[in-house]
Parts: sequence; structure tokens; C-alpha cells
Amino acid sequence: MNGPVPVAGLHPAAVAELDAVDRALIRATQAGLALVPRPYHALAERLGIGADEVMARLRRMQAAGVIRRIGAVPNHYRLGYRANGMSVWDVPDAQVAEAGSLLAESGLVSHCYERPRHRPLWPYNLFAMVHGRTHREVEDKIARLRALLGGRVRAWDVLYSTRILKKTGLRLR
Amino acid sequence: MAGAAERTPTRTEAPLSETDRRLLDAYQRAFPLTPRPFAVIAEELGLTEAQVIERFRRLQARGYVSRIGPVFSPGRVGVSTLAALAVPADRLEAVAALVSSYPEVNHNYQRDHAFNLWFVVTAPEAARLDAVLREIEARVGLPVLDLPMERDYHIDLGFALWC
Repeated sequence: MNGPVPVAGLHPAAVAELDAVDRALIRATQAGLALVPRPYHALAERLGIGADEVMARLRRMQAAGVIRRIGAVPNHYRLGYRANGMSVWDVPDAQVAEAGSLLAESGLVSHCYERPRHRPLWPYNLFAMVHGRTHREVEDKIARLRALLGGRVRAWDVLYSTRILKKTGLRLR
Repeated sequence: MAGAAERTPTRTEAPLSETDRRLLDAYQRAFPLTPRPFAVIAEELGLTEAQVIERFRRLQARGYVSRIGPVFSPGRVGVSTLAALAVPADRLEAVAALVSSYPEVNHNYQRDHAFNLWFVVTAPEAARLDAVLREIEARVGLPVLDLPMERDYHIDLGFALWC
């Protein structure tokens, strides 16, 4: 590999809408809610605030889009989705929003993000994660995605995961 | 969860029951934000609160559920990036271990590509994130491909586990 790759170009500043209690609450929920009849009360006790406040803050963060959802986080791998392909696409800038929406609405991907290219090493600007029980199942889904994107695709690739070396929840300190 | 490589062999064990599947599929989102959420779920599924808690406990203990709780939107809590390295095969184990050793690295995957190591770095602010990337780059002596998310296309329907 030749030449430097730009490092750390485009990180937006952290959102300032969270106060110290929100951050403490986020940290306290990283390992998951306690599986007890009153999990929000258990959180409240740890944080020294009221359970109503815990629920109100979670509700507010959800309304603000900081929290995407609250629920059971499945371990896809453990559930039999052993094949995991990161599909990457080079789509013209003018068509990337359209292509991203098509991928996201396909029902075939779990995440879809736009990321910067680093030519010539990395020409792809759209990423979509595809899971399957088998390699074949992932390949079939990718073929459907290719058909869906049609002529918008200049180049594409699939990077299959061969090993999960580390996977933990968000760490925030 | 943390640390050791996850390479679960196929096991001979009872498949998930219909009720467990319903619990998992129905409550990936919209877990009740009420004082007794498991009681609400119990009522919806015709179970008791204790049964729901016990089922979630077992799903978690068996590794089917990582946790129950809030899932944060990328880029909204702290800053993060997806990074990649093209590591020569004979150095892969050592470099992978070095990358995983950072608490700021929460995902690290080996992938079948010239860029064979893919990891997510998350930090409270951009300065720390950049410092971690530069430090990894310096310690491994390989350029880090830095691919921060520029736009997130929402997956509204969720990812159906059983369809």
C-alpha cells in the first residue's frame, strides 16, 4: 500500500444537548437494564434520581433521536446468522441519497451508511450490512440489492466477516 | 462478550420456543417505558411478569440477547468512526490484539479483503478519537483508513429475525 491515507478528517463535534445526568444514564444502561420487575427504579437508585426522571430523560432522548430504540438487542450471530457481509457501493454523489434510501427500505440490510471515499484505495461511498444464515443467503440478498440499485452502481464489493475479534456495547467515559 | 473471539460451534440444543421468538421479534423496539415494563409485555403475551423476566434472563444467559436497553443513534453520543487496516497475514494476530486492546474500540472484525481488519472507534470527543487513530497508526506502522459516517439511512422496519 502506498501513500498516506487521510486520517480523522470528518468527525462532527459531539452533540451538546446531553447534560451530565443524561451521560451518567447512558453509561448506566450500557450493560443493559436489570432484569427485575422495576428496572427503571433500579437505574434511578444507582443514579440517585427519581424513577420518573429516568423515564422522562429516556423518553426525551428518544424523541430527540439520541436513542434510536429501546428493546432487546439480539445477537444475530448466536441466532444463526453466521454469515455477515458488508456490502460496499460506489454510487455517484448525485445519486447516493436515492441509493441509500433504496438500500435502507429494501428490508435486506440491518444498517446503511454513507461514508467518505479514499481514492484510489477506497472508492466506495455507501455501506450496507447484510446478514444470512449461510454465505449463499447473503449472496442472494446482495444480488437483489444490485438489481435494486441498477445503473447507479459504478463498482461494488462484499467483505465477509471471517472472525469477530471484539464486540462490546458503546463505551462512554 | 468482550475480548475473546466469538466462534461458537454449532451446538445441539433446543431451538428457541415460539414464545421466545415472539419476545425477541416483538421487543427489539418499543420496550415499554413504564414502571413495570415486563408486566406490560406479560399482559400482551398472556404470560406472567415473572415468566417474562425469566425468559429474557434465559435468552440473555444463552447469548441470544446481548442486552435489553436503549440503542443509541450513531454519531449522537460521542463521536465514532469505522476504520480499516490492510494487515499482512503474518502480523494479523498481533495487530488485531493491539487494536482490540483499546477500550475505545468496541467492534473489531476480520474480513475477507485486502483491508482485512475493520474496527469501530468511539470516544467522547473528536480529539480523543483522532488521538487513538493516530496512535494505532504509529504503533502498527500501517495507514488507517478512516471512514466516519456522513449519513445514516434509517432502517425503519427493523431487521426481521424470522420471516
